[in-house]
Amino acid sequence: MSTGNLFPQISRCVAILALLATGAIAYAQDAAQKGLAIATEQKQRDAGWGDSQAEVSMILRNAQGQESERKIRIKSLEVQGDGDKALTIFDQPRDVSGTSFLSFSHATEPDDQWIYLPELKRVKRIASRNKSGPFMGSEFAFEDMTSFELEKYTYTYLRDEPFQGQECFVVEQRPLDEYSGYTRRVAWIDKNHYRALKIEYYDRKDQLLKVLELNDYKLYQDKFWRPMVAEMTNVQNGKSTVLLTHSIEFNTGLEEKDFDKNSLRRAR
Amino acid sequence: MTNKHTWLYTVLKHPWATIIAALVVLLTLTAGAQHLYFRGDYKVFFEPENPQRLAYEEMQNIFSKNDNVNIVIAPEDGNVFTPETLTLIKQLTDEAWQTPLSTRVNSVANYQHTYAEDDDLIVEDLLYSVRSVNQQKSDDIRAVALSEASLVHRLVSEKGDVAVINITVQLPDGDQTAEVFEIKAFVDELVAKFQNQYPNHEFYLTGIVALNNAFAIAAQQDAETLIPVMFLVIILIMWLLLKSITGTFATLLIVALSIAATMGLAGWSGLFLSTATVNVPTMVMTLAVADCIHVIASMQYAMRGGKSKEDAIAHSVQLNLMPIIITSVTTSIGFLTLNFSAVPVLADLGNLAAFGVMVACGLSFTLLPAMLKVMPIRVSMQSSESSDKLNKLAEWVIHHHRRILPYSAILLVIALSLAFTNKLNDIAVEYFDESNPFRQAADFQTDRLSGMSNIDFAIYTGEPSGLNAPQVLRTIEQFAGWLRKQPEVDHVDTITDTFKRLNKNLHSDDEAYYQLPDNQEMAAQYLLLYEMSLPYGLDLNNQIDIDKSATRLMVTMQNLGSKEFTAFEARAKAWFEAVAPELRITAASPPLMFAHIGEANMQSMVKGTLLALVLISALLVFALRSWRMGAVSLIPNLLPAGLGFGIWALISGQINMALSVVLTMTLGIIVDDSVHFLSKYRYAKAQGQSTEDSIRYAFMSVGRALVITTLVLASGFAILTLSSFALNSDMGLLTSIIIVLALLVDFIFLPAFLMIIDKPSSGKGEQHVDRQPISAD
Repeated sequence: MSTGNLFPQISRCVAILALLATGAIAYAQDAAQKGLAIATEQKQRDAGWGDSQAEVSMILRNAQGQESERKIRIKSLEVQGDGDKALTIFDQPRDVSGTSFLSFSHATEPDDQWIYLPELKRVKRIASRNKSGPFMGSEFAFEDMTSFELEKYTYTYLRDEPFQGQECFVVEQRPLDEYSGYTRRVAWIDKNHYRALKIEYYDRKDQLLKVLELNDYKLYQDKFWRPMVAEMTNVQNGKSTVLLTHSIEFNTGLEEKDFDKNSLRRAR
Repeated sequence: MTNKHTWLYTVLKHPWATIIAALVVLLTLTAGAQHLYFRGDYKVFFEPENPQRLAYEEMQNIFSKNDNVNIVIAPEDGNVFTPETLTLIKQLTDEAWQTPLSTRVNSVANYQHTYAEDDDLIVEDLLYSVRSVNQQKSDDIRAVALSEASLVHRLVSEKGDVAVINITVQLPDGDQTAEVFEIKAFVDELVAKFQNQYPNHEFYLTGIVALNNAFAIAAQQDAETLIPVMFLVIILIMWLLLKSITGTFATLLIVALSIAATMGLAGWSGLFLSTATVNVPTMVMTLAVADCIHVIASMQYAMRGGKSKEDAIAHSVQLNLMPIIITSVTTSIGFLTLNFSAVPVLADLGNLAAFGVMVACGLSFTLLPAMLKVMPIRVSMQSSESSDKLNKLAEWVIHHHRRILPYSAILLVIALSLAFTNKLNDIAVEYFDESNPFRQAADFQTDRLSGMSNIDFAIYTGEPSGLNAPQVLRTIEQFAGWLRKQPEVDHVDTITDTFKRLNKNLHSDDEAYYQLPDNQEMAAQYLLLYEMSLPYGLDLNNQIDIDKSATRLMVTMQNLGSKEFTAFEARAKAWFEAVAPELRITAASPPLMFAHIGEANMQSMVKGTLLALVLISALLVFALRSWRMGAVSLIPNLLPAGLGFGIWALISGQINMALSVVLTMTLGIIVDDSVHFLSKYRYAKAQGQSTEDSIRYAFMSVGRALVITTLVLASGFAILTLSSFALNSDMGLLTSIIIVLALLVDFIFLPAFLMIIDKPSSGKGEQHVDRQPISAD
């Protein structure tokens, strides 16, 4: 074959590659837009819940099969235009009973967090670089417990896929915060109600770290879906944590002043 | 040809049919080898219900796995607290999180430094950002790091001249070889990159992953180079000594087929390869070589005596049938006693070797004669030089037998008393000689920072939040204090240090409060506050269980031998149980597991081998149809190993797990020597010969075969001494020594002994000067 014949072939290849590349970019744009659209819809459908109070058990399991239960109460307040506020009161284990934890989650800024220790009778601030760390020694990290805000991630729609018999969108979410413990999360969002049914968490070296499954969704106020059982399994170390919601009430009359540093001391 | 050996007639009449039939059976067996797989993990050495394994697995499940790679960093200027080295440590720490399967990275850079600021507890990386590092900051970091008990001797040396980045990885259960290679390759590349960037720093890799990697590489290198060379040497020497290409080729084929069939059977029965069962081919090879050499040497002897080839083959097979069967059956029994071993893979090793030995036995009467029949064989007619020498040796032994015995007895007593001075010493680091990079790294770490050994103690209170009770914390603090005073201990990582530090921090960093909190609620809330402040991968899961009922103390130890190690464990447990009988304590770590299994295994190996020897002698009583012969055989069967381990005490005095296998490995060849010698002796005796003439006959008929077998196998195993991997070089050396000793015992001691106990009633034999070998017919 003479070289003269090669050039048209190469240029044809280049042309095809260029076409593919533009196609890929267009596809990527589509996927990003669709991902964001799904997340927006998800956030939108859950807007307006106001405030809530929940009684929750956190059941920790280790690879040996042992269990440990922590009992907490969570008071939450929806904040329009920013992350929500939450006050967590620890009831069990008994030796930390009366300890309470206040967090203001923010969409783009680091969260604010305080803890009140009854034995020291002091409120202590907790630095937010720990957001990747475990909450009460469980498999839930702080960042897994805070409210879902659109601005925290970039989105890519991956595919449609059923999960446990429900049609789902599978969306990849990449955290923007450098302190996040994850490179990405992959969420299964059901098409009917835009509820997260399953989330995979990938660690900083992009290896699957944890899988969260959300079950027993109940409908409140005819609009807000809440999972009664959320099980986080660490696939690397064999430990898991179940978050059991025993009860949850909405419109309990909580206000901003129930969520400040002084309210921490009063909480019980 | 007698009609009781009609099968032999069939084999020689239809050699091709025999060859084809044998090949079909063997290849069917061999096909099973496709199911074989290799497990390089250390769990194969332990029964599932092994108490140390259970304690270790319980600890790993309750806390976390702590397999690791250490990157040891030593700057040329002898100070790690400079802006340059701290920057290096910080950057390398960050990048180390990308290590495959890593779950935790610890260094002085990300040490979670706690201090009081106004009314807050600050928990942050000791070196958070490289931008802030100047000389002042470096000095501050030095002051904190060198006064922190959890860092000194673990992540930084006392003098501050060496730092460590410890990467904890989560290895899967089962075979981990691929993961170990992957992790090691990643860290190597990382270190190479930083070495390039920071040329005035030395880097070394240690830790369990580096150790496992060194093991796998050493085993692989030997398997790829030395073991093939060993087989080559065996072939060459056999060819030289047998002076027969055909014989050598036939032997080679029998050896190869016996090994292939054995490994095939392993595959069919669902067994796997491990660092122990990879020795099966070598073991099968030794006895297969011996079997073939006996048949071929006797055939050559008969052909030299003027027999036709076919008659010579038939004669040789008939003559050797009984001794080879006895040797094989008894050796198999010896291998089967490995089932008494506390180590599962050694039981597999024994069962497979037993099977292989019987395959080789069967083939030496079927496939071997058939092949000899169809292949051309020529024999030189002159009696060789070696038979003259054997002749002289026989006369010398007969003449000096009265003097030989007392000397042998003295030698024996010395050797046996020396043998008991050998010390069981499984120090993994010392498996590698000083040329090995891992050994160099381990030695460097041992010199400058801490030993390579470790032991973890878990203390279980049995009740939720039990750990926070002041009494429990005080007990743990005292225990940690006791441990730190022990000379074998380099470092103790304990949660009580964290409690004391938090108490101080929460009292405005007042040194007076560097003590345990005095009530349970206080302790629990400190811990909660601290736990809630830790980032991903630096949590307390490796020290505290989920319901705060148990804690793990991680102790870094000097490199100890098995005995010292288990003694230390017993001492520590005894101290703790005396102080706090209400708390449960367990101790575990891979080195501790190996220390225990090494001792248990050595005991069961010695017992098993002794039992095997007794069984073998009992069998010989039947086979040789003589009580006396059976009893006599016990001595040449016991002596070589006893002498061998006595000599070993002078050479090294250290026994590791691979050496305990040598006992069984050499058993076959020891028994082979004595059975063949005794059976030829007995054959001549039964023909009515005098003791002297029977000894001469034994020397002349089987002496050459025994010399060849010994030289072939001893030189083969001697090749293994070239290995830089002590497990292989020690095994090669000791096996060679024992094989040579076995021959010496059978050539010098055994005939002298026979002269005494079989003293003929008349002096006829001694006066009889006819030294021509008696024809066997």
